[in-house]
Amino acid sequence: MSETSPKPRPLAGYNFGYLDEATKRMIRRALLKAVCIPGHQVPFGAREMPLPYGWGTGGIQVTSAVLGPSDVLKVIDQGADDTTNAVSIRRFFSRVAGVATTESTAEASIIQTRHRIPETPLREGQILVYQVPMPEPLFKLEPRVAESTKLHALADYGLMQVKLYEDIARQGEVGTSYNHPVMVNHRYLMSPSPIPAFDNPKMHMNAGLQLFGAGREKRIYAVPPYTDVRSLDFEDHPFKPVRAPHACAICGSEESYLDEVITDDAGGRMHVCSDTDYCASRPPLEDAP
Amino acid sequence: MSALLQAEGLDLRFGAVRALDGVAISIWPGEVVAIVGESGSGKSSLLRVLAGMQRADAGAVLYRDAAGATHSVLDASDAALRRLMRSDWGFVHQNARDALRMEVSAGGNVGERLMAAGDRHYGHIREVAAHWLERVEMDPARMDESPKNFSGGMQQRLQIARTLVTNPRLVFMDEPTGGLDVSVQARLLDLIRGLVADLGLAVLLVTHDIAAARLLAHRIVVMRHGQVVEEGLTDRVLDDPQHPYTQLLVSSVLAA
Amino acid sequence: MYVSVKGGETAIGHAHAWLAEARRGDTALAELSTAQIEQQLSLAVDRVMAEGACADRGLAALALKQARGDSTEAAFLLRAYRTTLPRFGYALPVDTAAMAIHRRISSTYKDLPGGQVLGPTFDYTHRLLDFALEAEGLAAPPPAAEAKEEAGRMPAVTAILAQEGLMAPDLASDAEPPDITREPLAFPADRALRLQAMARGDEGFLLSLGYSTQRGYGNAHPFVGEIRMGEVRVEIEPPELGFAIDIGDIMVSECQMVNQFAGTAEAPPQFTRGYGLVVGQNERKAMAMSLVDRALRAPELGEAATAPAQSPEFVLYHCDNVESTGFVEHLKLPHYVDFQSELEKIRAIRARWFAERAP
Repeated sequence: MSETSPKPRPLAGYNFGYLDEATKRMIRRALLKAVCIPGHQVPFGAREMPLPYGWGTGGIQVTSAVLGPSDVLKVIDQGADDTTNAVSIRRFFSRVAGVATTESTAEASIIQTRHRIPETPLREGQILVYQVPMPEPLFKLEPRVAESTKLHALADYGLMQVKLYEDIARQGEVGTSYNHPVMVNHRYLMSPSPIPAFDNPKMHMNAGLQLFGAGREKRIYAVPPYTDVRSLDFEDHPFKPVRAPHACAICGSEESYLDEVITDDAGGRMHVCSDTDYCASRPPLEDAP
Repeated sequence: MSALLQAEGLDLRFGAVRALDGVAISIWPGEVVAIVGESGSGKSSLLRVLAGMQRADAGAVLYRDAAGATHSVLDASDAALRRLMRSDWGFVHQNARDALRMEVSAGGNVGERLMAAGDRHYGHIREVAAHWLERVEMDPARMDESPKNFSGGMQQRLQIARTLVTNPRLVFMDEPTGGLDVSVQARLLDLIRGLVADLGLAVLLVTHDIAAARLLAHRIVVMRHGQVVEEGLTDRVLDDPQHPYTQLLVSSVLAA
Repeated sequence: MYVSVKGGETAIGHAHAWLAEARRGDTALAELSTAQIEQQLSLAVDRVMAEGACADRGLAALALKQARGDSTEAAFLLRAYRTTLPRFGYALPVDTAAMAIHRRISSTYKDLPGGQVLGPTFDYTHRLLDFALEAEGLAAPPPAAEAKEEAGRMPAVTAILAQEGLMAPDLASDAEPPDITREPLAFPADRALRLQAMARGDEGFLLSLGYSTQRGYGNAHPFVGEIRMGEVRVEIEPPELGFAIDIGDIMVSECQMVNQFAGTAEAPPQFTRGYGLVVGQNERKAMAMSLVDRALRAPELGEAATAPAQSPEFVLYHCDNVESTGFVEHLKLPHYVDFQSELEKIRAIRARWFAERAP
């Protein structure tokens, strides 16, 4: 069971949280605008970060802008605290901000995530920061940014619905299993970032503040607490969150999202919780591996 | 009763060329008006200006919606024009490929306008799409096929189904039978005539094909060098043309 | 077993140690100094400096050393460093007509005021491997006969054409140019913004796009009006002083490409300019940039824009190699949550496919 680590000494020579205060203010202004217009992408002057574009620079800049000395930070990638990129980002913030870090969802005040929403529901006051590779939900249908911006302005989203229609016509069901587009507050079509469709319903009326940062594409967007978030679907083909039809081999959970782990080269496999904190917080099965 | 669409004093220049020179035109509910003239006469520019796809340098275009409210097309925002195009209007292009999504199935092409208008029931969308494919004499069993598999005439019929599915009040048609074989043209014209009569549509039809105009239009407007040189009831204009240019046009001396 | 699929702190630590060892290579050999890199691999340093958008040869040499010679990685290191530097202000526009010339050629005139200066160029060398360079302790080459030109102002070829009215004037503007290091790209992108993005864009990308305009993807009829390379003075005007002060010289490469233009109803037929300017010595990139710059002007000149090099969004969104490499390489991060949902999806779709075809 994880506990919050003590606060380390921050790295000399860098401002708290790496970014200078003027840059943080610029990002906070973008964040405020994003919160005021839920789901709307706000351009911001993303800076080069010491991590590569596509590896969470947007999330890191958002976290840096909202982080304070008393915050407790949790970083997950694929739901897990111990994946390499999560470790790398957590180390980055303990070095440049000296904040306390944790693996516990409940103990964290800020959670930076790539590709998952924790199984433990957020409570009021918590902030979930998503790393977003491609903020534009329409980019595969309309790669021209000037044109997709216009489609958002006019709330002209028929094209996205046509894509879902085509999926059903061709293969009997909607083809997106992750990064399934959502309508936020009945107005803006939004990419939930590449979280599995299983996690989409957790965005709806969430008590926490959800912030999204896309560094390479230089966009910020947000879902304020208790905001309506609907996954795109048809009345007669309702959105279906999918999980592997198994129980976790370690904790036995039949509700959590599972990773499929290959155990040998003869087709052997097992399923375990992708959210390592959730899994560790539950009593293990007697015959757990 | 008042005009559905009324335009006055339209001027449009492309450099030294006067594409439109003081043009006035109007269309009434349920009326089919053909705009005829040779290439470069300004008839396609006029259609684009009336449909809000091109801003005129001067003049006014007023559209009256079902509730009786008047909209100034030349001053309308992009959003307002898109709304009109989604709800009240339709546009049939000469080349079906300009209007269809070639990577989307026939059913998806017809359904797109329904979905843009807010229909979120898959079964209903397919039902309506199948109905419209039948109305344009296409086999509904082919609704999941790509338009790439279709002949030029079928693509054009698909475009018409896609345009009419939202029950527009006013349809702009730009040479809808241009580029097709003569036998295909005849069938398509027949289909359009039937649909227009059944639905009571108002149609503004641009064509250089006098026979098409005679078959479809109640009224004809003849254009030359950006000006309207003659207009009147179809039979009158074609059987008793007054302007020398119309006389030339009717005697089919002019090439398209 | 289960834990082994996850990474962790130790694995990262080991990887970093291995990287440091690989960077140093055989310790029996002397270590390269950054001064040696700066002096003897100077064009690699210049490329890193341009793409890293930081005119500091010493830092660029350090970045190259740290990156084991990987120029894209080195440019990334330099960018990540420069973003932490305080910003004092903006320099005044540099005057390339007053350049201390190292090289200056025109392919449109045999001779012209100021003359042609070949300078330190690979042109006209035979590309034969020189095995003498393999031997160490070679005597230093004798000083070059062609002295560095101190000719004062050399008029640009395009200015000569402009005197006759044959060169379309570029619209002068006193508007504050945008700054892509502070603000996100926005479209429509004006020419100042496009040139700025390309100046730090990837050399290989611009080279290929420039090349594509010559092969029919874009309507190019280019002539090299002029290439010049040399040192220009950088000046800033601190508001509290009210006059400009010289803060140093930097090497730049500039290319002015002359292109045909058919004219429109408003503008007579004349030549138009494609422009490229790169920090450091990099003629290839300056030339490619000037081709792409001209291609991107298609809409403003009333030309059809159909080729990739004529699409501002295509060129500007993809010319930055720090952005490109980050996003391409992020694919090696774990994606197993998404892949898991894809697995469930394809199993469901396959089950339906087989069920529909069951006898």
